Amino acid sequence: MSDLLYSEVEEDLRASVRDLLADQAGFSAVLARTESAEPYDLKLWRTLAADLGLAGLAVPESLGGQGASYREVAVVLEELGRSVAPVPFLGSAVLATAALQAAGDEELLPRLAGGELIGALAVPLTLAPDAGFPGGVEANTEGALSGTIRTVADAPVADVLIVPAAGPDGPGLYAVEKTAATITEVVSLDLTRRLADVTLDNASSRLLAGPDRAAAAVRRALLAGAGLLASEQVGLAQWCLDETVAYLKQRYQFGRPVGSFQALKHRLADLYLEIVSARATARYAADALANDIEDVPVAVAVAASTCSAVALHAAEETVQLHGGIGMTWEHPAHLYLKRAKSDELALGTPGRHRAALAGLVNLPPA
Amino acid sequence: MSTLTADDLRARVADLLAAHPPQSTDRLEFLRARFDAGLAWVHYPQGLGGLDAPRELQNVVEAELAEAGAPDNNPRRIGIGLGMAAPTILRFGTDEQKKRYLRPLWTGEEVWCQLFSEPGAGSDLAALGTRAVRDGDEWVVTGQKVWTSVAHIARFAILVTRTDPDVPKHQGMTYFICDMTDPGVEVRPLRQLTGEAEFNEVFLSGVRIPDANRLGAVGEGWKVAQTTLMNERVAIGGNAIPREGGLIGMVARTWRDRPELRTPELHDRLLKLWVQAEAARLAGQRLRQQLAVGAPGPEGSAMKLAFANLQQALTGLEIELSGEDGLRYDDWTLRRPEKVDMLGRGPGYRYLRAKGNSIEGGTSEVLRNIISERVLGLPSEPRVDKDVAWKDLPR
Ligand SMILES: Cc1cc2nc3c(=O)[nH]c(=O)nc-3n(C[C@H](O)[C@H](O)[C@H](O)COP(=O)(O)OP(=O)(O)OC[C@H]3O[C@@H](n4cnc5c(N)ncnc54)[C@H](O)[C@@H]3O)c2cc1C
Repeated sequence: MSDLLYSEVEEDLRASVRDLLADQAGFSAVLARTESAEPYDLKLWRTLAADLGLAGLAVPESLGGQGASYREVAVVLEELGRSVAPVPFLGSAVLATAALQAAGDEELLPRLAGGELIGALAVPLTLAPDAGFPGGVEANTEGALSGTIRTVADAPVADVLIVPAAGPDGPGLYAVEKTAATITEVVSLDLTRRLADVTLDNASSRLLAGPDRAAAAVRRALLAGAGLLASEQVGLAQWCLDETVAYLKQRYQFGRPVGSFQALKHRLADLYLEIVSARATARYAADALANDIEDVPVAVAVAASTCSAVALHAAEETVQLHGGIGMTWEHPAHLYLKRAKSDELALGTPGRHRAALAGLVNLPPA
Repeated sequence: MSTLTADDLRARVADLLAAHPPQSTDRLEFLRARFDAGLAWVHYPQGLGGLDAPRELQNVVEAELAEAGAPDNNPRRIGIGLGMAAPTILRFGTDEQKKRYLRPLWTGEEVWCQLFSEPGAGSDLAALGTRAVRDGDEWVVTGQKVWTSVAHIARFAILVTRTDPDVPKHQGMTYFICDMTDPGVEVRPLRQLTGEAEFNEVFLSGVRIPDANRLGAVGEGWKVAQTTLMNERVAIGGNAIPREGGLIGMVARTWRDRPELRTPELHDRLLKLWVQAEAARLAGQRLRQQLAVGAPGPEGSAMKLAFANLQQALTGLEIELSGEDGLRYDDWTLRRPEKVDMLGRGPGYRYLRAKGNSIEGGTSEVLRNIISERVLGLPSEPRVDKDVAWKDLPR
């Protein structure tokens, strides 16, 4: 049976990540960055990725990683969600790393796992695991790639792009240096997650996986991404609930704490209930991915659809229940709302995951 | 706690089965032997049906006995006894009370009911007015209870009464075990919206209860009742179920078998509920894992609320998915069932009965109050009834 709790090791990991983030990714620092030339905190990223070894947590030690599992990665993501930390963890440590691992690459993987390089999986961030192999990029016989991919997560800071492309013999997965690509940053709804359009014009590349493996590698990366994003969403939702409860305890109107009004208490109780369920699904997805059990696609679809909706609901309630202050730029709520709404679209919307589930559990459409 | 392992328990089950082969042993005799072997509820004390073993080892025992085709104690029929009376007796009962009541309770020989709610005291249970007046070694009880499930087959009841009307309401209560066969106890069926009478009105007219049947100290009834109510809610989080266990499985099967009933809108709702059911199942599993390592999170109070939401949405969908049959009902006759039979009846019954899931055992509104105040720590509403003597409260 899957273990849905957190181990002691995981709790220790959580504590150290939380401490670091509290110290270096406080709200005002994050907010100040969003308006600066470098919205990402790459010093913080180096600390997380290289010093703490979190970029390669689930990568075997023989390949430069920590030899832990996706369970631990999920805990890190919960904390990153809690602080909407501006670091390329999802793009590099999750999506690109998982793709490289599934492709069987041993050259780039250790460099990503060690935090030496930042990678990005060159697919639109909205791509769902069951969407099939992405089109849009073609490779010629010399391995030169041409095409455009819109809205790639973390591409603005990537050193290397992992690109799915139609090769001469079928689907292929290629590595492209950033200097060989045109990476155009776009304005992101989520101020703490950077996006770019990537254009390749005869860009030289290295083949990572051919038709036998490329599609499976991409699917595996997207499953891991969607399944683990659920933990980021749980962390985000929990912050929203904690923060709102704290605020409503100290905000007085009509001569008593606003949090003593039952109309609000019941909404928060419902939110709490949603988070309890969401956490269980996210833990199950992380555990299923960690042990690579057969149920992974179902576990991911359940977690992704549940946690997306819960995180968004939590963030929307946070803005509403903070009243005017919740509408301001100075209050952190908006960063969580923007992350939650963007995460809802990332790696498949809830509806998309439920449609995938219909096939997986034999509940065919009308 | 003892250091018994799963293998120790398997060995004990094997001994029980060897001494009392289920195929050739009378059902009751087998259940009594099982109780005496400490395999009834393994986390209970030795001599009282348990072995002081970790609670999660119960699953090992259940699996082994099910495998061997052993009879069960029909837990649904005795749900109130198992879920509420037993833990309360264990915590507050005297040695004699524990010895007297726990075994026949567990074997199902004696069914228990819960005489808590009154016409004027439902959610506000502490407002109850059923009076108990001391008379030597006995108490004389007079009042009316309502919504009492299975009172018509119950041998005993857990009963909360008012013994001091002059102090604030939470202080003047006392808790008893009531013998339902005593003179002065009258049970009348109370028909519910499903057509059946699963619950009853119970009139208590000068019922004489020996002081030896008191649970906890005089005036401490509220504290004892709290134990009962907490256990009631934990009991709902209940057992491990497989994916698509319960109602969702039934609805999913209909969907698969009857393509002509499908519509896109029902598909959407079904998938959402499938996910919700799976999430609730995983949350229940997570809660049990927390209990097993002795770290019960506050998640428990959320489970009953989740269950009620889910049951009601699912049974509503099931009727719509039934096409013409959704307009029919299986049986309106006034029956007095011994247990709730959700799976054995038709969709109409399920839809109607599920309405009780958000009322019985604490309404969903009251559970939301509990979660927001005790789990989230939000302030309570200003209270007008706290420091007023019970007899001076408006009602
Ligand atoms: C099927 C079934 C079986 C039952 N079996 C038993 C039994 O065996 N033994 C027993 O003792 N009782 C039993 N009950 C009774 C049950 O515990 C009560 O019905 C329940 O506690 C609610 O009390 P009430 O019916 O008086 O409703 P009320 O308390 O009058 O509530 C009316 C409405 O007001 C809401 N409300 C009340 N207080 C608040 C508040 N503070 N904040 C917000 N909303 C509030 C309620 O949620 C409800 O919607 C059973 C009930 C049902 C439906």
